[in-house]
Amino acid sequence: MTFLRAFGSYLPARAVKNAELAPRLGVTAEWIEKASGIQERRFADESESVVDLAAYAAKDCLARGQFAVSELGMIIAASGSAERQFPGPGVQLACRLGLQSTPVIDLCLPSTGALYGIELASRLSSAYGNILVVAAECMSRIVMREPLDRNIAILFGDGAGACLVSPAGGAAEICDSILCTNGAYSEDLKLDFSRPMDMNGSTVILHAARKLPQVIKDLLGRNSLKPADAAVYLLHQANQNLLDRIAGALQIPSEKVFSNIRCCGNTSSASMLIAAAEWHATGGLLPEIPAVMAAFGAGFHWGALLIKGS
Amino acid sequence: MDREMQICSIIQKVAKMPIEIENDESLFESGLFDSFMLVDLIARLEEEFAIKIPDSDLIPQKFDTVSKINQYLSSRLAR
Repeated sequence: MTFLRAFGSYLPARAVKNAELAPRLGVTAEWIEKASGIQERRFADESESVVDLAAYAAKDCLARGQFAVSELGMIIAASGSAERQFPGPGVQLACRLGLQSTPVIDLCLPSTGALYGIELASRLSSAYGNILVVAAECMSRIVMREPLDRNIAILFGDGAGACLVSPAGGAAEICDSILCTNGAYSEDLKLDFSRPMDMNGSTVILHAARKLPQVIKDLLGRNSLKPADAAVYLLHQANQNLLDRIAGALQIPSEKVFSNIRCCGNTSSASMLIAAAEWHATGGLLPEIPAVMAAFGAGFHWGALLIKGS
Repeated sequence: MDREMQICSIIQKVAKMPIEIENDESLFESGLFDSFMLVDLIARLEEEFAIKIPDSDLIPQKFDTVSKINQYLSSRLAR
């Protein structure tokens, strides 16, 4: 058995409200909120790197779990906005934490990186012990580069989330998961070398609105559960309109889909763990009660994870 | 009701307002629809025509005008 032992997060101090962003994009603050549900997002300071954000979230997670760095057997780090092609930010994060030989896996998986990281960690923890999964993004450096695309720039913010996957007990047991990839849509959401981010928004939304509810239903169904049985849905915070449609497709109240997108924006791979950390701080799961984590993003990659209170 | 009228009626339900639209007018370029309304439109089409639109057909251009939607439905309903 594998458990989620603790969560952590970090958001940069600078809040960028729609009113600040709107004039640069030729839209109104109201239009941004209607199109996304976002009122503000955080932008990292120029001196802050993806590694900095990851380190803050990692330390927050370890502190919340009252866990020593020396007890880590592996780090899995996800980012789609790392400053370097290689090595990935995970190796610097490990160094920053004082680790000198602990293995690190870097995942270049925007949006779905945390989900894939937790799934990998749940499989690897029997061999490597406690695994820290961290997802960190400085999306503002990408989406605020000229030429600006308003449909992209309104969405994204910076931040980092972390969780500790442990074979030795924790707040929630990882019960089952489904991961999927279809490279036929690799051109619909991409960031090429030295090019602006490119997103075919309609295609991305159409597929996310279809594939996420389906994979969640498949996961719950094979565990003899219905969507209504899950106490909470911790999803990649892509867009409030998408979260609402996923709730509709699952025929569950919107309130069951945890959302902090209004204040954080879409922080890509970090968003699900930032949301999970905020949600967990309010009380977490009661024993035996199921919950679902899920994400969809560039690739297309998507998937869902079933957890239950322990 | 012919099918194009039926499609117009569904578009109005999704938009939640009366809409005058030409059969070859783009729902998106005209500003009538955004990406999320397309999600709702697909769901309504599946419901009202009792079909399942496969993921491989989830291409926005196939549903951009009344004529294209009609063309798509013709190909599906003829099977």
